[in-house]
Amino acid sequence: MAAATALRLAEADRARLNATLAWSEEALAAEAELIGRSREPGALQNIPVAIKDNIVTTGLPTTCGSRILEGYHSPFNATVIDRLHAAGAMVACKTNLDEFAMGSSTEHSAFGRVRHPLDPSRVPGGSSGGSAALVAAGVVPVALGSETGGSVRQPASFCGIVGVKPTYGRVSRYGLVAFGSSLDCVSVFARTVSDAGRVLRVIAGSDPRDATTLTTPPMALPAPRASLAGTTIGIPREYFPADLDPGVRAACDDALARMRELGAKVVEVSLPHSSLAVPAYYILAPAEAAANLARYDGARYGARAAVPGDVRALYRATRGAGFGAEVRRRILVGTYVLSAGYYDAYYARAQAARRRVAADFSRAFASGVDLLFTPTTPTTAFKAGEKTGDPVAMYLADVFVCPASLAGLPAMSLPIGRSDGLPVGGQLIAPPLKETEMLAAAAALEGVLEADTEVSR
Amino acid sequence: MTWETVIGLEVHVQLGTRSKLFCGCSTNFGDPPNSNVCPVCLGLPGALPVPNAMAVRLAVRAALALECGVQEVSVFARKNYFYPDLPKGYQISQFDRPIATNGKLQIDSADRGPVAVSIQRLHIEEDAGKLLHDRIPGKTAIDLNRAGVPLAEIVSGPDLRSPAEARSYLTALKQILVYSGVSECNMEKGSLRVDGNISVRRPGERELGTKTEIKNLNSFANLERALGAERVRQLALLEGGGRVEQVTLLFNAGTGEVRPMRSKEESHDYRYFDDPDLPPLKVGAGTLEEIRAELPELPGAKRSRLMSVYGIGAYDAGVLASERSTADYFEAVCRLGPDPKSAANWIMNETGAHPAPEALAELIGLVADGTVSHQAAKRIYPELHGGSAPREVAARLGILQVRDEDALRRWVDEVVAAHPDEVVRYRAGESRLLAFLTGQVMKRSRGTADPKGVQAMLARRLEDS
Repeated sequence: MAAATALRLAEADRARLNATLAWSEEALAAEAELIGRSREPGALQNIPVAIKDNIVTTGLPTTCGSRILEGYHSPFNATVIDRLHAAGAMVACKTNLDEFAMGSSTEHSAFGRVRHPLDPSRVPGGSSGGSAALVAAGVVPVALGSETGGSVRQPASFCGIVGVKPTYGRVSRYGLVAFGSSLDCVSVFARTVSDAGRVLRVIAGSDPRDATTLTTPPMALPAPRASLAGTTIGIPREYFPADLDPGVRAACDDALARMRELGAKVVEVSLPHSSLAVPAYYILAPAEAAANLARYDGARYGARAAVPGDVRALYRATRGAGFGAEVRRRILVGTYVLSAGYYDAYYARAQAARRRVAADFSRAFASGVDLLFTPTTPTTAFKAGEKTGDPVAMYLADVFVCPASLAGLPAMSLPIGRSDGLPVGGQLIAPPLKETEMLAAAAALEGVLEADTEVSR
Repeated sequence: MTWETVIGLEVHVQLGTRSKLFCGCSTNFGDPPNSNVCPVCLGLPGALPVPNAMAVRLAVRAALALECGVQEVSVFARKNYFYPDLPKGYQISQFDRPIATNGKLQIDSADRGPVAVSIQRLHIEEDAGKLLHDRIPGKTAIDLNRAGVPLAEIVSGPDLRSPAEARSYLTALKQILVYSGVSECNMEKGSLRVDGNISVRRPGERELGTKTEIKNLNSFANLERALGAERVRQLALLEGGGRVEQVTLLFNAGTGEVRPMRSKEESHDYRYFDDPDLPPLKVGAGTLEEIRAELPELPGAKRSRLMSVYGIGAYDAGVLASERSTADYFEAVCRLGPDPKSAANWIMNETGAHPAPEALAELIGLVADGTVSHQAAKRIYPELHGGSAPREVAARLGILQVRDEDALRRWVDEVVAAHPDEVVRYRAGESRLLAFLTGQVMKRSRGTADPKGVQAMLARRLEDS
C-alpha cells in the first residue's frame, strides 16, 4: 500500500496540483511498518489518508502553509492521527492549505496555490484545498481537513466529493493547530458518503486532552436506507436568493426532486438571521485567531528573524516576515475588535449575532424538520485570482457554510450534479450529534444520483 | 494637616498542587530549567489546556476560608500580551466571572483594633515562566518550569489604613492559607507574591485619591517599607501643591526607594475574552459542601475555642492557634487531663520537637503532685524524645524530689558545718548568702530536694543558735 500510494503521490506532483506539502517514501514505509504491527485488522486497515498540514504529525513536518512554521516538527501526534493509526490507517502526506486555514481558495498558502484537479486555472476551494484536490484526483480515497467556517464543505463542493463536518466537540481538536478555537473542527473528505462515515466514526469520541469534546456514545455507522420516507427536509429560503447561480439552482432542484421521490417530505423554512453569519464570523474567528497566533513569536520554535534590538524588534521582524497578508489582516482585525472601547461594538455584538444564528436552527429543528438542505456554495469553483483582490467577495464564498459552523452543527456537502462541467455540491445540516442520520439520508440521495449518472453515461 | 492612607493588596499564592494548572507537569521548585515542561505549557502548536481539578478545589477552599461567595459558574479568560516568559502570548486567567467574590479577613490593627478587611475577588490563573539574565553572558534565557503553575489571585478592598495594617493583613492571609492547606506561601520560592495599591486623602473624604501600584514586594518587611516610602513620596507631592500620577512602581530594597517602571514594562490593553478552549468552570452545591467539610477550623475560630474550652488567655491561645500542628498538639496533651495553662506554658516555652502528648501530660502531672521539681522537669523534658516515660527518666537521673525531712536535715547540718565563715557572715546580716547555702544543699541532694523547702529549713536552722 505504501508503494502504491507513493506512486500516486508522485503522479500528483507531476500533475502540478501543488496539493501536497510533505510526503516521502521513507515516511510512508514507516507508517506501513507502524500499522503492520497490529495483530487484528482495524476499521481502516491499510487505508492511506492525506492530512491537512494544520494537524500535527511526528512523521512529517507541520507548517500550516506558513513561513513562520517552516521546518517545524511536532513532538506529538494529534489525537485524530493516533486514532487513525489505531484503526490501521496510514498518514499518506501533509496537504497544502490557506495559511493557518485562513481562506476559501487555497491561494493564501506561503507555498503556492493548489490547482483544481478538473481545471488548473480554477481554485479547489479552501482552506482545505490540498486534501480536497487529492481525494478528487483519486490520489487517496479519504483525507482529513479542518473547518472553522466551512473549509471542508466548500472545497468538497468545488471538487465534487463528499465533505463532512461533525458536531463541534464530536472530534478532538488536540493537535489541530488552533485558528478559531470555538469553531475549529477536524473534518473528513471522501469520494463516497460511506467512506466519510467510516473515517468519521474512527476519529470521533471524547478526548481527555480536549476539554471541549463531548462525552457521547460512540458514533454509529448509518444503516443503508432505500427510502427517505418519514424524513422531513427543510429548505431555508434565505439560501436560495434570486441571484443564485442558475446551474447551482438547477442541481439543487434536481436533488430535491430525487429526495421527494425517495419519500422525503420537503418543507420551506426560514432562518432569518443567516445574513448575520458571515459578518459575525469575520469578527469572532479573527479575534480568537489573534490570540491563537500570538505564540508564533520566534522565541521557542519556528522561524526567527535575525534582527538587532530588543525582544519587541524580534517579534515585529519575525511576525512581519513570517505571516502572509491574509493572516496579518485577520490578526489586525481580531486585535481591533477586542480592544478596549471596541469590544462591545464588535465582539459582543458578534457573539449576540452568533446566538441568533444558532437559535434559528434550533427553531427550525424544533418545528419538525429532520435535516436542512441547501446549496453548499453560491457558485461553482471560481478562477484563481478572481477574488484575491477583494477579501469580502472571497469571504462571501462561505455564505452558506458559515452559519452551521457558528451554530456548531454537523453539516456536509455531497456532489449533486454539474454546471458547465464543474461540480455542484448540496449541503445537509443536522441537529447536534445527528451525524448518523445525516449520513444515512446523504447515502440514500447519493444512491439515486449515482444511478442517474450511470444512466446518462 | 493630616492625611489618611488607603491601601489595598493584590496577592498571588501558588495553589499547592503537585501538577500544573492545565497539564500534568510537576510544580516542583528548584528543578533544572525547562525540565518540567510539555507541549501544553510550552504552548506548542495544537496543544490544549485541561483544568486540574485539585487546583480548582484548593481555590474553592481558599475562597471558603476567606468567607467568599463561591460562584457556581466561573469562566476562564485569555489575557493577551507579548512577553518572552509567556509561551502562548496570553495568560489563562479569570476576568469578569471569577470563581469567588465578596469575602473578608479579620486582622488586628495596632491603631484600630479588630478590622474586617474585605476581599473583593479571588480568581484562578496560570503563572508565567521566568527570565534568567545571568545564565548566558549577553543573552536572556527562559525557564518555563513555572509556566502554567496554578495561582490564586486574591484582591483586597481599599480597607487598610497603614503600611503596618497591610503587613498584618498579609500575615493573617498567609496564616489562613497555610492553615487550610491551600498554599505553602513561601516568598523565597515565589509561592506568595504581593503588589500594593496605595493612595492618600483627607480624613472624612469619601472619594479615593489617585493610587499608585508597587509591584512584586519580596518580603513582609519590604511590603511595609515600600508602602511607607510611597506614602511619604505622595504626601510630599501633595503638600508641595503637586499631584499624584497613576503609575506602577518598583521598590528598591537596597535604597529603600520606589521608582516608576518604564512605560514599556506596563501593558495597557489586555483584550480579555473568554477562553474557547475551556468550558465554563462549574462548582456544584454538592462539591462545595464536600470542600467546606474538608476545611479545617481556622485560626480565629480556634483561638476563641481554645480560650473558652481550656480557660487560657487570649495571648496564649493566639500563639497556640497560629500553627495548626501546635494547636493540635496542645489539644492532644490537654485531652489527657493535665492543667491546660501548664501545658500551654510548656508548649510555648520549649523549642524544638515536642515529645509524645502522653509524655508531656505525665510530666506536668509529676510536677503538679510534687514528685519532681519544676527545675528537674526541665532536665527531664529533652530526654523524652526517645519515647521514654518521664518517671523512668527522673529515676534514671536520680532527680525524683526528696521530701524526707530527715535526709533534708542531715544535708542542712552538713552544709552548716562545712561553711562556718558563710554562716557567721549571714548571721551578721549578709542575707544573700542564704542562696549560696541553699545551692550547696541542692548540690548534696543532686537536685532532688525541693529548693523552697531547703531554703526555709536553712533559714530556721541559722536563726536557731
